[in-house]
Amino acid sequence: MAEIAWALGKILFMLVFVFTVLVVMIWGERKGSAFIQDRIGPNRASIGGVIRLGGLVHPVADVLKLLFKEDLVPGAVNRFFYTMAPFVVMVIALVTFAVLPFGDAIYLGDKVIPLRIADLDVGILYLLAITSLSVYGIVLAGWASNNKYTFLGGIRSTAQMISYEINMGLAVLALLLVYGSTRVDAMVVEQGQLLFGFLPRWGVFLQPLGFVLFLTSVFAETNRTPFDLAEGESELVSGYNIEYSSMKFALFFMAEYASMIVAAGFISSLYFGGWQVPWLDTITLREHAGTFLGVSLWVGAVFNLLFAALLWKRYRRERGLLGDRRELEPLVLGIVFFILALVCLGAVVIASPWNLGEQGAAHFATVVQVLSFILKTLFFSWLFIWVRWTLPRFRYDQLMKLGWQLMLPLGLLNFFVTAAVVLLAR
Amino acid sequence: MSRRALDRVQERFGGQILETNDYLGDESITVAAGDLPQVLEFLRDDPQCDFKLLLDVVGVDYPDRPQRFDVVYNLRSLDQGQRIRVKTRVAEGEAVPTASGLWHNANWHEREVYDLFGVEFSGHPDLRRILCHHEFEGHALRKDYPIEKGQMCYTVEKLLPEEAVLPGRETRHEGHWNAEGGWEGAPGVALADEIHSDYLPVNIGPSHPATHGALRIEALLDGETIVRSEAEIGYLHRCFEKEAEDHTWHQIIPYTDRLNYVSALTNNVGYVLAVEKMLQLEVPERTRAIRVIVSEMGRIMDHLVCTGTNLVDIGALTNYWYTWNAREYLYDVVERLCGERLTTSYTRIGGLYRDLYEGFEDDLRGALKKVEQGVQDMMALVQRNRILMDRTVGVGVISAEEAVRWGYTGPCLRASGVAYDVRKAMPYSGYENYDFDIPVGENGDAYDRIMVRIEEIYQSISIIRQALDTLPGGPVQADDRRVVFPPKDEVYNSIEGMMNHFKLVFEGIRVPKGEGYGFIEAANGELGFYAVSDGSGRPYRVKVRPPCFPIFASFTTLIQGSMVPDAIAILGGLNIVAGELDR
Amino acid sequence: MQLHFATVFVFLALAVGFAVIAMVISWALRPKKPGTVKESPYECGEQPEGSPWIRFNVRFYLIALFFIVFDVEVVFLLPWAVVFKEMLAVLGSFAFWEMVIFIAILLVGLAYVWGKGDLAWVKGLPPRDEEDLEALSWYESGRFSTDRRSVHTSAKPEGV
Repeated sequence: MAEIAWALGKILFMLVFVFTVLVVMIWGERKGSAFIQDRIGPNRASIGGVIRLGGLVHPVADVLKLLFKEDLVPGAVNRFFYTMAPFVVMVIALVTFAVLPFGDAIYLGDKVIPLRIADLDVGILYLLAITSLSVYGIVLAGWASNNKYTFLGGIRSTAQMISYEINMGLAVLALLLVYGSTRVDAMVVEQGQLLFGFLPRWGVFLQPLGFVLFLTSVFAETNRTPFDLAEGESELVSGYNIEYSSMKFALFFMAEYASMIVAAGFISSLYFGGWQVPWLDTITLREHAGTFLGVSLWVGAVFNLLFAALLWKRYRRERGLLGDRRELEPLVLGIVFFILALVCLGAVVIASPWNLGEQGAAHFATVVQVLSFILKTLFFSWLFIWVRWTLPRFRYDQLMKLGWQLMLPLGLLNFFVTAAVVLLAR
Repeated sequence: MSRRALDRVQERFGGQILETNDYLGDESITVAAGDLPQVLEFLRDDPQCDFKLLLDVVGVDYPDRPQRFDVVYNLRSLDQGQRIRVKTRVAEGEAVPTASGLWHNANWHEREVYDLFGVEFSGHPDLRRILCHHEFEGHALRKDYPIEKGQMCYTVEKLLPEEAVLPGRETRHEGHWNAEGGWEGAPGVALADEIHSDYLPVNIGPSHPATHGALRIEALLDGETIVRSEAEIGYLHRCFEKEAEDHTWHQIIPYTDRLNYVSALTNNVGYVLAVEKMLQLEVPERTRAIRVIVSEMGRIMDHLVCTGTNLVDIGALTNYWYTWNAREYLYDVVERLCGERLTTSYTRIGGLYRDLYEGFEDDLRGALKKVEQGVQDMMALVQRNRILMDRTVGVGVISAEEAVRWGYTGPCLRASGVAYDVRKAMPYSGYENYDFDIPVGENGDAYDRIMVRIEEIYQSISIIRQALDTLPGGPVQADDRRVVFPPKDEVYNSIEGMMNHFKLVFEGIRVPKGEGYGFIEAANGELGFYAVSDGSGRPYRVKVRPPCFPIFASFTTLIQGSMVPDAIAILGGLNIVAGELDR
Repeated sequence: MQLHFATVFVFLALAVGFAVIAMVISWALRPKKPGTVKESPYECGEQPEGSPWIRFNVRFYLIALFFIVFDVEVVFLLPWAVVFKEMLAVLGSFAFWEMVIFIAILLVGLAYVWGKGDLAWVKGLPPRDEEDLEALSWYESGRFSTDRRSVHTSAKPEGV
């Protein structure tokens, strides 16, 4: 019974994590592109006219807007497939998270609860299998919409995804040679050691070429620039999702970001140590848990106070400039930060974190590792955004050429060299 | 200007030339319709005439004459540096032999004359309406077509003929399918070619993100390759030329803003130069210099827009903001100068709307620095970007000869390697006093078109700086009461001043009877205004030579056999501005 | 183990549930005013001509076939890669060479397809490599090269 409760809990945690990061990513896409493009970006949507959070409210407003939008279904579509497509895309994007280890494990006395939803032996194979399913959603959407642009978008996307799937498979194959296991969690554990005594034993250092291939394939698999040919706004208007509106479109939209998050999670798990904190393995973390916690609480208190002070200054400076409730925002946020600072200080003073006890130290280590995973995932999510607003788009034949005539031979070469190195290092 | 071409053509054709004149330095000959093809061919091919570029075909309607229509071919020689106008007169129902075999762009120009005047062209390959809707009745630019009469037309024209849409089994391959479903014909073709697939007709535009305006291309796709395509324009057609005939010479200036709305300042300058040429009016030095400054500002803005949107079409979205931010700084200056950002109407016949404001120079120099910065930022992102080069180098190639034959001018022509720039070839408004280069591309591909535009931005910045350094003082209005309003205190305090003002406002400037062709180097190429005056306060006919009209005429040829993304990348680089294309 | 797959299915059910609930809420809230214009498929504001459901260019299916071949290759290599280290202990370098032979056979296939030009997405255009290289060298040298023929849009207009 407890097992089931834990499983449900992990699933819920994952869903909450995905949707939180999703909101942050959509915000990051807009604010980040605005930053890159030297403009302000969204800042109007607000809660009660006060809280705007620099545009972070916009994704929420978007969801609300799309909920209330009329759902236009063009005539002569194949209704069944048309309706099914966004479900397929969304569900596939979510289900891929099942084998992603987002932390080591929770240790409750003798009980060990691994922090991943499903402890599958096939691990990485599950990833390959599930991601290749998502092409169905897109090709169905493109084909069922009875529209030439969506049709072309679906066709492009299909050919692109199956082409790059091979490259992804080859990159993963080389990883399997290195780690000798299909389990993602085992791979992450292996990356906790050090290479030559100073470098984290991350996949990216063991498999640099494999990493580049994997990263490129993942960009192609998620249909992001420079491989966003399925959507190619200037060519195919919006590609496979032209005829979708309302919540169906929202599902596509969210699925795109969800699959980016899962891709970022896998990049960090396979090549950047996943939840491992570089140079700090679990044992060190536990031994010095009290020190770390104390120091981080102090640092947290100082920074929170600093933020609170800055926001207070801003509130004083801007009071009366806007003439409406928006100018209360720095005050509200400043109070929040001040309370956080007080909480940190209180924790340091009252709870005396310097000696956590064994159980507490284990929990602390787990939390830090989960945070490490989240940070890495966020960074690679940002990479997707960064690349999108930097690079132009390939042309279709160039994309296929890159996939089949450059990356496929390189992937085979990488595989071959890895095997040879394993053979020689025997 | 030498009369070499006139003499030469007279010597060759003698009595066949009905009339010649060189009023205002514009050489002009009139021939009978039947003689037109050989005269035009001679003018094109004769080494001493060498009129390789067909600028425009203009119709003029004189309802009182028995031979009612004038059809005017404006030619330009790139090497010999001369221009000529070949006219012919035809009556209603008479046909003019087409020149579309001599110049590719004659096709569209003649279609326009046919559309707006109803003049038939014999031997024309595709004589259809072009600007007006295919169901439109009558011909809008005829003098007897009432300007108030509107028509509602609804149906969509099918551009591709039915048989083209059908799969081309027989036509595409050496062989055919027999009744049993087997292939008879050349063996050894690849599997892909044996299996028959369907063509997909797709409308690109009018409401498509890449058309930047409203135009329509119906493309027939085989996979993603464009097998064949047809273009339709006229979505923004508002018959500027008909409106011009209904307004005084001065009132037309605001309409010129809306031609190429991206560089309205340059259009303003082009139009007033044409009218001043017909008035034989000299404007003060200061005005000339300011006109150079504002037209170069227009050019910079146009190139920034064109490059930015072209890169967006290729998927590089960020560059758009770098160029548009830079353009925004210029617009701030323009706004302070004219009170408007987009529709500037800054020039006046005989002068300017007003002098530069206090602090203009500092503002402009500051803005130019920002523009340089923006262009550098953009170039740092794309100049050597491998993806961009893959997308543009070798795409949409047009050779120098073909480009001239299509009537290309401006950056697109220069990208193909022809160093033709009106500012150098026939300097106007004092361009001869500034030191600048003409950037020339070698390959005539999409990449060259981007790079030529970027280099022209730097050249324009340099011209503006020189002009600011040497800006003379003095008035900005010509001292000519036929044209320029008297000062306000005279209007209010003296009857002569008031009458003068009244006559100018209500009757307009009286431009002497005759015709003239004024031309400038606009951002897209040679912008010409061919005007006919009957001596009244309103123009009898104004014809714009929009630079992107002949360029767009070549578009379907340019994209044949390329892929859809290439077509989009090419379209962006040609800088088609629908307001100017459709007028 | 079964429990773990069961969790996957629970996760799947929850994900589907999320999507369904979102759709249901939206269905309950949104206006429904269909009309013929709203129902027409988008084609840049024009009435579509013909159906998009055509026999599409065959290259696409060829790519799908190649995908099957190479994906099956990856599938065959997967178990081999997982146990490679153990195999080395038992079989020695033979374990390595048998894989090399397997990949070599596939590479021959790839080379054949490549040489036949079936990897190029657009057939009928001349191979772009040489022109590309020339153009790139033109650009990178910072000066204009002397002659470069047009690459693929050199269709000559007719009637001249």
